[in-house]
Amino acid sequence: MSSEKEPLFSAKNLKLITTPLGTQNPITIQVLGICSALAVTAKLEPAIVMAISVTFVTVFANLVISLLRNTIPARIRIIVQLVIVAALVIIVDQVLQAFAYEVSKQLSVFVGLIITNCIIMGRLEAFALGNKPWPSVLDGIGNGAGYGMILIIVAFFRELFGSGTLTLPGLGTLQIIPQFMYDLGYVNNGFMILPPMALVVVGIIIWVQRSRNKELLES
Amino acid sequence: MELFNIFIKSIFIDNMVFAYFLGMCSYLAVSKTVKTSFGLGIAVVFVLSITVPVDYLLNKYVLSEGALAWLGPNFASVDLSFLSFIMFIAVIASMVQLVEMIVEKFAPALYSQLGIFLPLIAVNCAILGGSLFMQERGYETLGEATVFGLGSGIGWLLAIVGIAAIREKIKYSDVPAPLKGLGITFIVTGLMGIAFMSFMGIQL
Repeated sequence: MSSEKEPLFSAKNLKLITTPLGTQNPITIQVLGICSALAVTAKLEPAIVMAISVTFVTVFANLVISLLRNTIPARIRIIVQLVIVAALVIIVDQVLQAFAYEVSKQLSVFVGLIITNCIIMGRLEAFALGNKPWPSVLDGIGNGAGYGMILIIVAFFRELFGSGTLTLPGLGTLQIIPQFMYDLGYVNNGFMILPPMALVVVGIIIWVQRSRNKELLES
Repeated sequence: MELFNIFIKSIFIDNMVFAYFLGMCSYLAVSKTVKTSFGLGIAVVFVLSITVPVDYLLNKYVLSEGALAWLGPNFASVDLSFLSFIMFIAVIASMVQLVEMIVEKFAPALYSQLGIFLPLIAVNCAILGGSLFMQERGYETLGEATVFGLGSGIGWLLAIVGIAAIREKIKYSDVPAPLKGLGITFIVTGLMGIAFMSFMGIQL
């Protein structure tokens, strides 16, 4: 896509995908998009659907803005970005209502809130406005995946410890903690399903990540 | 009584931050000092109590199913609710712009305090969340919608001022290095959320 015949997956381009997974993770390092990240993580299935939806919107919003970047006047760019993102979110919302009605009920207002998800606006401002379409798409994929990764980790632990099950799209609810554990007196920790525990789990993920990578420490 | 109930409920029980995690981005970014977080909180209260009633009217008379019946019988079956995201965000963005101009003209002192925060608010999830919850829960009257907007704003203000005060003090504590800054803020917010859960079930 670039004029200098740069290969599509050159080392530089691949980095755009891998850094948001680790050292530039949108949630734990850039602190973007926390709003919707926490509310949908009580079960694994809505978290996976949310991760896919956000990735879709980030990729296409990045692509569209990057294609239009030379024609958007700087003064009204926020409105233009909001309109493009809102249009993409409407598509996602309608598709979810048509094909995954149960999940879309669980996600309730949080599908709409993808519009104001700071990851999308943040990447549009920081990357898509100044880069060519192909790197912007990769940047969208990387940041969407970095966001989804944290979402899925948090949901995994919350559902496993909170309900003893894992809910996967297409497979339904799987019982993970075997029955004999319950017979021996194991009890689900209902606290994990409540909203405040999502914050604590993210806090612990940040703790683990920063103690493994000393460069990320805050002074 | 119903109005008062909604007001109390939206501040304490359905608190925007602790129950729904809305507006977390600015909640984490702007809560380093009490003074600035109070400014942002006031701006959010202000904008929420204007945009929720406006979006309520828009939802009731334009967007929801059969809402266009006042135009004539031909329009009685029109359902525009799929457009609500784009309409709500447009209302919020333009309201924020309008509020900014009005405040600048008539209350320059307030403007110099709120000035930098107002544009930030257009993309604060708590504002859009307020309108979407209003639509989803189907508040009956304009009064209920206004009180809900005001209450949610005050709840958000309480949360951000609370965390800012704690962060000011926690600077002097001996927090493990990897947990410093962001990590401890998350955990403290979780603890505050647990405290707020004790309000659950209050009925007036």
